[in-house]
Amino acid sequence: MRIELRSQAFHPWSELEGHERRMSLSGRCGAAAIFVGTMRDFNEGENVQGMFLEHYPGMTETQLQQICESAAERWTLLDTLVLHRVGEISVGDAIVLVCVRAAHRGDAFDACRAIMEELKHHAPFWKKETLVATERWVEKNTSGYAVKKS
Amino acid sequence: MAVTVKFFANLRESLGISATTVDYVQGMKISDVWNAATKEREMPTGLLTAVNMDYEKNDIPVSDNDEVAFFPMVSGG
Repeated sequence: MRIELRSQAFHPWSELEGHERRMSLSGRCGAAAIFVGTMRDFNEGENVQGMFLEHYPGMTETQLQQICESAAERWTLLDTLVLHRVGEISVGDAIVLVCVRAAHRGDAFDACRAIMEELKHHAPFWKKETLVATERWVEKNTSGYAVKKS
Repeated sequence: MAVTVKFFANLRESLGISATTVDYVQGMKISDVWNAATKEREMPTGLLTAVNMDYEKNDIPVSDNDEVAFFPMVSGG
């Protein structure tokens, strides 16, 4: 299990490659579920030019650790990686990377989804968006569940 | 005998303080910490609270040297 906050931009796919090299799961791992959240240039009908991600140092890491440990108790996992940005963020930057490895896809898929949803609701981060003429705090996250097309 | 108090995000901006300390009084609850730290301003609805970096409800008692944090709904990820 590895959890890190990053104040500088990171490349999620390079991070995954490096993390995989450090692990020795070959043969045991049958599934990897990966979520990468990136910064959009729009939100709630406004163009967004940048963002500042505030966090609560100490509590953020503690909450992320608890979220990952809870997932490891609920599902059979081999490894969990969570990277999350803090500070100034540019459009297109990766904000969060979650990678869950397991022997079977069910555990990997479900745990990855659960970790993201728990992170969204409990990890103490706050987004402040820079719009064209002003700034605003994001007061709630978008739903993690898509509306199906009819 | 003191309690450290921290505020985050738009709450920090609206109050104009990021951290302070208040005198610890035997039996004080999180809501009492809020009143002491903000000079009894009305607590915004939906505010989240943590004691020593764990989520807690407003009616629980705090202890000397605790760190109490107040913040709005989170929005990471």
